[in-house]
Amino acid sequence: MANPKAAFYWASSCGGCEIAVLELGTNLLDISKKVDIVFWPVALDFKYSDVESMPEKSIDVCFFNGAIQTSENEHMAKLLREKSKILVAFGACAYGGGIPALANTTSREQILMRVYKETPTTDNPNGILPQTKVEVAEGVLTIPEFYNTVRTLGQTVDVDYYVPGCPPVAEQVWSVMKDIVGGNLPPKGSVIGASEKSLCDECKRIKGDRKIKKIVRTHQVIPDTENCLLDQGIICMGPATRGGCGAECLKSNMPCRGCYGPVPGVLDQGAKMLSALSSNFDADNEEDARRIADGVVDPIGTFYRYSLARSLLRRAKA
Amino acid sequence: MAELKSNFEPKIVGFLCKWCAYTGADLAGTSRIKYPPNVNPIRVMCSGRVDPVLVLKALAAGADGVLIAGCHPGDCHYTSGNVKTIRRFKLLQKMLDQFRIEKGRVRLEWVSASEGERYARVVETMTEDIRTLGPLNWNLRKEA
Repeated sequence: MANPKAAFYWASSCGGCEIAVLELGTNLLDISKKVDIVFWPVALDFKYSDVESMPEKSIDVCFFNGAIQTSENEHMAKLLREKSKILVAFGACAYGGGIPALANTTSREQILMRVYKETPTTDNPNGILPQTKVEVAEGVLTIPEFYNTVRTLGQTVDVDYYVPGCPPVAEQVWSVMKDIVGGNLPPKGSVIGASEKSLCDECKRIKGDRKIKKIVRTHQVIPDTENCLLDQGIICMGPATRGGCGAECLKSNMPCRGCYGPVPGVLDQGAKMLSALSSNFDADNEEDARRIADGVVDPIGTFYRYSLARSLLRRAKA
Repeated sequence: MAELKSNFEPKIVGFLCKWCAYTGADLAGTSRIKYPPNVNPIRVMCSGRVDPVLVLKALAAGADGVLIAGCHPGDCHYTSGNVKTIRRFKLLQKMLDQFRIEKGRVRLEWVSASEGERYARVVETMTEDIRTLGPLNWNLRKEA
């Protein structure tokens, strides 16, 4: 039997998910013996036209990382869906929008304004903004359209499996790849390469009485390494976040930022975390509650850092 | 457009606690107090049961506003359920600001079982405030 064919693609992402694949180290050599990689822009020289010429469903599995923020991202998502038997949303951006989806707190106009006109290092005296089409002497040049709202892969095309994480941890990537190559597959739509419980379940810290008097930010203190960070007033996304990462951030004395997405059964990670956190405020009147809530400087950026596109509201009002 | 706006009837989802606000709303009815029909009441056991997820879900599904109404602080049937509501509500308000959802659209009010008149006035002011703000239409807006 011929080796299964695999593809890797990056849409709106930082490249960290590609590093997560490289982190497999020598296991990657094992994979390359059992799998034929037919498309992987970050590592191998394939063109989009190579993918376009492939027959339908000829790729056995496609690992797609990154959110959908441009027309190019959308085009590739649709193309790879058409060519792949199994499409895996790989990493936090493809799954929940990730960091790029925080663009949904603002608008395309404001982003272009900031990037091309307002930043102190920008030198753009004529105030030129990117256009999707421009005529030059040699002909018409085009670039992809930049969307107002960032979407997830699952909101763009039909997705078979979701692998959360920013980036997914290497051991989980390895087990996912083994399962897929071995045909050991859960029901369609499952989140794979993660736990079915919250991160707190695998965090070794001692959980205390949860009376939050004041929100503390990580640059203001060196946290105690034994006790739960929430008990120390540091916002840790653990209660609302799916485990499976091994609580690596907590081991480095940093709070969970929520990259593994909501725990199973939760519709909206941010609102759940908001609820879990504020319920433990040491306040029994409006004034105290407001004072402690004011310590959360950026609620959306904190509670929806990786899941805004996949949340209930998805974006801020224009 | 102006005409369209004046015909706009706000859709408000009301989470009313069984012990106080819902009974208060019932009293408003049995006392035949007139108030706008814009609130769709949902009876919950306690205002403390109103998870912020429910508020966002109502807005995302097309509600123009959400009313959470429960027992006055100190009067909670479960001792401190409404205290949890207070804590959550302050942070939720702060986050809704960031989503640029106007303050008047999501309200927390205390209505006791004997305050039928107060319930009617709360619904009246809230409906008028949201009428002025206009439709939220989040179900159409979130994809844009």
